[in-house]
Amino acid sequence: MQFTDPKAIYLQLADSVCDLILRGVYPQGGKIPSVRELAAEAGVNPNTILRTVSHLTDQGILFNQRGVGTFVSDDARETIMQQRKKTFLDEELTQFFQKIELLGLDFADLAPLWQEWVAARREVRHENQ
Amino acid sequence: MIEIHDIHFKYLKKPLFQGLDLTLRPGNLYGLLGKNGAGKTTLLKLCCGLLSPQGGSLRVFDRVPHLRQPAFLSDLFLVPEEFVLPPVSGALYRDMLAPLYPAFSRERLEAHLTEFELPMPDRLDRLSHGQKKKFLLAFGLSTGARFLLLDEPTNGLDIPSKGQFRKILASELDAERVILVSTHQVRDMEHLIDPIVILDSGRILFSQSLEDFSARYSLLHGEVPPGARVLYEEHVLGKSLSLVEGAHPGALPLDLEFLFKAVTAAPEHFVSAASPATAHPEVAHA
Repeated sequence: MQFTDPKAIYLQLADSVCDLILRGVYPQGGKIPSVRELAAEAGVNPNTILRTVSHLTDQGILFNQRGVGTFVSDDARETIMQQRKKTFLDEELTQFFQKIELLGLDFADLAPLWQEWVAARREVRHENQ
Repeated sequence: MIEIHDIHFKYLKKPLFQGLDLTLRPGNLYGLLGKNGAGKTTLLKLCCGLLSPQGGSLRVFDRVPHLRQPAFLSDLFLVPEEFVLPPVSGALYRDMLAPLYPAFSRERLEAHLTEFELPMPDRLDRLSHGQKKKFLLAFGLSTGARFLLLDEPTNGLDIPSKGQFRKILASELDAERVILVSTHQVRDMEHLIDPIVILDSGRILFSQSLEDFSARYSLLHGEVPPGARVLYEEHVLGKSLSLVEGAHPGALPLDLEFLFKAVTAAPEHFVSAASPATAHPEVAHA
């Protein structure tokens, strides 16, 4: 696994697990692979995976059933989506605004670009169907 | 647990260890880093009982290595950097040596060989260097020994094997085991070895987990916050990469090569962190 984010490895791994939950690979209420299996798959230190799992457990995304394993919470997707929206609004959008200011762009000029992007996406989706 | 206390060792008249202390705890995959001649291989040999310390005490799971008791030897496996395999088949090698290791698992050996894409060899001595290494790593990791010592395990492995080896090693760590990997190839082992032990000229300069370290020091790219104490820095294309005291926002994940250079360049900043008595000192942050 390659880590390019300037973010602690255990958090990058947490993002990957969340992606798998959102994509339904790890369904809500379902069991996720053991720490050992996840460590082997990612080729990282199992203690780092342990930290990832305990982080996601603290967030209410995973829960542990003693002796049985680790499971995805029933409302995991909702929790992840809310967290990601919050991160986007609190952090990424700020960076985006800073860049607009830095480059001297007019926010109003961006609206047509957004419309074009949405239209292009719709076309791609249409072709795929 | 591996407890090394105040050991002394010298080759002829050349002293190497003069009062070395180190504790290794089960459930960890330690990375032993050091320059050539720092004493890494000697330390591994002392831990295995291939050499005897000339002073101090050394205990491996409550046993004294150089007594080489059978129960000690069956609970330990060393994959040396250089080794010779006998002119026999892989299956015969397994059948001869596996009975020495009560916790040996045939299934694990097969799984590891499959992961390495290495069929059970007909003649071990006719394999290429890299294939021999894969076989011995696969065998060693299947012995179930609680203490595994790997000296430069990725030397000689081709590109896909390095990734396969990472998977195998990550799958073999459990709460009872101590895995000690001595390596120069930190890129091969990044995110896998942790805690890190740095040995330099016979001294332990550093011995701690990266998590503990990251709570007290930050790796920063670009500007350093005002008043922050810089312990080590490098300049690349006009931007600085600095190791700074204290936990700061925007810190990058630790880069082992950078950590190694920082510790060996300015060991006085880190030496105190290596002694068990001050393993978690409270660092005051402004």
